[in-house]
Formats: sequence, C-alpha cells, structure tokens
Amino acid sequence: MNVIETRELRKEFSVRVRRGLLRRERRTVAAVDGVDLTVQRGELLGYLGPNGAGKSTTLKMLTGVLHPSGGRVTVCGLTPVPQRIQLARRIGVVFGQRSQLWWDLPLRDSFELLRHIYRVPGGEHAARLRRCRDLLDLDEFLDTPVRQLSLGQRMRGELTAALLHGPQILFLDEPTIGLDVVSKQAVRGFLAELGERGDTTIVLTTHDLADIERLCRRIVVIDHGRVVHDGGIDALHARYGSQRRVVVDFDVAPAAPPVLPGVHLESATGPRLVFTLDGSASVGTLVSALTALGGLRDLSVAEPEIEEVIARLYRH
Amino acid sequence: MAEPSAATAAAPAGADRTVPVTTADVADAPASTAAIYRALLRAQVRAQASYRASFALDLASNVIFLGADLLTVLVLFHQVPALAGFTLAESLLVFGLAALGFALADLAVGNIERMKQHVRTGLLDAVLIRPLGVLSQLLVLDLGVRRVGRVITSTAVLAVAAYQAGVRPTPANLLLLVVTPLAGAVFFGSVFVATATVAFWWVESGELSAALTYGGRDFTSYPMTVYGGWFRHLMAFGLGFGLVAYYPALILLGRPDPIGAPAWLGWCGPLLALAAAALAALVWRTGVRHYRSTGS
Repeated sequence: MNVIETRELRKEFSVRVRRGLLRRERRTVAAVDGVDLTVQRGELLGYLGPNGAGKSTTLKMLTGVLHPSGGRVTVCGLTPVPQRIQLARRIGVVFGQRSQLWWDLPLRDSFELLRHIYRVPGGEHAARLRRCRDLLDLDEFLDTPVRQLSLGQRMRGELTAALLHGPQILFLDEPTIGLDVVSKQAVRGFLAELGERGDTTIVLTTHDLADIERLCRRIVVIDHGRVVHDGGIDALHARYGSQRRVVVDFDVAPAAPPVLPGVHLESATGPRLVFTLDGSASVGTLVSALTALGGLRDLSVAEPEIEEVIARLYRH
Repeated sequence: MAEPSAATAAAPAGADRTVPVTTADVADAPASTAAIYRALLRAQVRAQASYRASFALDLASNVIFLGADLLTVLVLFHQVPALAGFTLAESLLVFGLAALGFALADLAVGNIERMKQHVRTGLLDAVLIRPLGVLSQLLVLDLGVRRVGRVITSTAVLAVAAYQAGVRPTPANLLLLVVTPLAGAVFFGSVFVATATVAFWWVESGELSAALTYGGRDFTSYPMTVYGGWFRHLMAFGLGFGLVAYYPALILLGRPDPIGAPAWLGWCGPLLALAAAALAALVWRTGVRHYRSTGS
C-alpha cells in the first residue's frame, strides 16, 4: 500500500529582485520542480539534497503546511492541505531546528498536552510513552522545563512528542542536526528500531550521511527541485561509478605492477601501490596477481564512502 | 487529567526528580474541544507564572497603564465641570465600557501582533501540523495572561462609574452592562486580527493597525460629542466605534443623543461585533492561504 504518492509535484516561489534604485522585478523560482515519489507503508526513506534543493519544501507540502503550486499529492490517502486536520492525526513531524514542545513547562507536561490535542485514549498514550521513556531514557529529565534541556535531550523529547498519537508516517527534517555523537546514536538506534517493526513509515531528510547508511535502504536524492536518484545505496554506488581502492605495501617496490581490466594504478610511491577498481573489476583477481609478484607485506581494501558518492552527485 | 501542580511548574532550575507517571492520571477518555483548550490555557498560565517576578511586574504595569489613561480623564475634569455635556461619572461610564471591551480583546488576541515572530520561530508551521484550528491555537499558545490585570481594573472603573452616574439597576440595563463590553471585546479583537493579518502579509502597516486599535479605543473612551464633524462620523458610524461604548452608555444613562441618533443604536453592538468577526475571519483565512502558497 502506498502511503505517499506525488505526481509532478511543484512548488514555485516568487522572489523580488532589485533592478536599480527603485525598480523591482518579480521572478518565479521553482523550489520543487516536478517530483514523482511513491512510498510504501513501512519504508524508511532518506531524502537527501544540498541546501536549498527543495527537501524542506517537499516535506512541508507532504505535511499540509504548504499548498503545492502544481501536481498531485496524496498522503495516507488524503490530500494534505484541504484535509489538514485528518492528516494531522495520521502523521508525526519533527523539525530539527524547531520545537513542538512547551518551552517553559516540564517535558512531561508537553506530552500530556499533546495527548489532549490529539485526543489519544489514556491507555494508548501511556503505553507509547512508556516505550519511548525506556528506549530514549527520558526519565532523568521528564520533570525538567524544556528550556533547560540539552539539544540531545530535547530531540529525544521531540521524537516522543511526534509519536505519542501513533502516526502512520513520521517525517523528520534533519533530526540529528547539531547533536553530539552519543545523542546521534541514540536517535538513530531508536529510529532503526521503529523502522524494523514495519508499521511506521519514516521519511527523513538529513545532511548526515551516517544517518542514511545506518537507517535507509532507499534514498531519494533531490537537486534543484528534481529527483536525481531514487533507489538503494548500492544502486547509487553502481550508477555514479563509486570506486573501491586497494592499497598494497611490498618489501621492495615491484618492477612491473599488474595490468588488469577495470583496475587503475592511482599512485606508486616507493614500496606502496594504490589501485582503484571500477564497479565491475574483481578484488580477488587483483590480489592473486599481486601475490604472484612476491614480497607482499600488507594489503587493505577501502569501500567507497557515501560522502564521496553524494558529493559527486551534487556536482553533476 | 494529569495536572502537575503549579509548584512543579515553578520548580527551580535543574530540578531533577523522577516522578513516575501514574496510570490513574491517564485512564480518562479523549477530551472535547473545549477541554483541549482549557488544558492549553492552564498550561499557558502555568508557563507564565513560572517566571514569578516578571509575571508580577507585568501584572502591576498593566494596572498602571490603565491608571494613566484614567488620570487623563480625571485631570480633564479637574479643569472643567462637564465635557461636551457629560459629567465626570457619565464620561467614566463611557470610558469604562470601552476600556473593559478593549482589555478583554487585548487579553484574548492582543498577541496576534507577533505574527511575524510566529512565522520565524516556526510556531505557525507547528500549529499547522496539529489537528486543531490555526488561529485559536496561536492565540492560546501566545496568550498574555498578565493582561488580566487590566480587565480587573477596567471592571472596577466601570462598576464605580455606573454607580456614581446613577445607572438604574433594571434587568435591561444590567444586560446591557454585560453585553456591551463583550461585544466591544469581539469588535476590538476582530480589528486586532484583521489589521495584524493585513500588516503581516501584505503591507507594513503598523501605523494603520495602531490607529484602528489604540486610536479606536481612545475614540471610544470619551463621549462622542467631544469630537466634531466628519471625523466623528467616520469613526462612530463608518467604522462602528460609536456602538462600542457611547450609544450603550446613553441608554444606561437614560439620555437622548445630543447628535440626534435613535436610542436603539445602543443595542446594536452585538450585530457590529458579529459583522466585524466575520470580516476578520475572512481576512485571516485569506492570510493563511497566502502563507501556505508563498511560504512567507
């Protein structure tokens, strides 16, 4: 079942550009420029793109905050803007740089207020809160006013706040931004667990590629408002020519390094040789050829970094 | 319903107690819309009361502000025995009706002036993704509880003025004394919402907004006979400010209008309030639609 479907989704903003002292010109800029997206129930989708690519704008259209300028969008079978209130009960949203919590009240009070706002039956609310308290270690700061929480504690509170009404889809806009390593891991671990249970669909935008590698089987990359990749991480590697790298140390620099199809000698400095391998080339073949030379001391294979792949993608 | 006591909300920094959630607190059924807003309102009071000193100061300063306005009237009457045919007590009745209506509006919706901040801080987005009305959420989440001070003092001024001016306690008069400030509150509240919306989304019109809200209040605070000509006609009838306090006060005082308008005008406040509220709702909806299509 598709929980999110967009067809040719567009969002245009008109911006005023100064032309001379008094003249202003209106120009239309497409922040989202024809995005087709289909997300099935239980998917954990990473939505990536450089700053200003249209990630947040897409999210705002999916959550009913912004009205699309064109195209169609259905979320949980509803049209977001006209059916905002019905949709609100079915989705949870975490904006990394904004808060859903009551700043001056203890964290506990925010949860209680959200129970009222979403009209969640007491038993369900208590069960979900108990789960989040266990998984996110909320107990030590449940009675602290939100304004006194650390960013990591607050984010754990925000995640809980977004889940207490049992949403079908959880939208997260940069949930790990600004967090320390420990908090990042807590958040990722929690989301991974939530994703594995399979009944909550998660859509995540992030700049932190570790989030993606840890969590998402499917990534959609958007640039200038258009989808430039939709698929698994492996497909991304294959498509954008990710190269594995083999570093070998010999006792003495070999006279003739092996020449194999798809294998390139990147550098040869003294006894150390560095090869890069195209997607199709076999590490095994290269290793046998190197062993045959004799005097092999050390060998390591480096898998391609997703950072590099994405960076290459953005430069296109 | 789980309500942490006020003492908990006002706990000192770093209070680090672990209180288990009791199941008794959460056993009740989902709430009605009114109950949701009551809970939000209580939270707002708790939040603001958690800054005790500042809350007390704000409350006091709101009393002083009204005192300053009141002083203007008193000083005026120190110089002249009557103002355009109205005695001090009669003028204070007009003043009290206007002040109470305005104070109630200011308490309920005065903070809508901060629309721009709500957009910048993302409160507007947060409110749009919750299953409740947008304006009502913004108002209750940003309610200036301290303004209750002005409501209390205005009520006192109105009560004293009604007594001193010899308003006869007939059922009709008592009804009018209650209805007039409420209609005034709806009217001023609508002006607040409409002008703040216009000011935020289309033009930087802070001056226009102030002229209609604070200017309107000042106009309604005095017997209309002190003003003259086209200005009086525009404010009193064109914009409806005459129905907020002056005409109801004439009925309460049992006096005919020196300008010659019929007495039943004094009962038209609620109609004006409804019309203003409808117009404000329209402006607000248009504003939200505009935000949702432009993102700013």
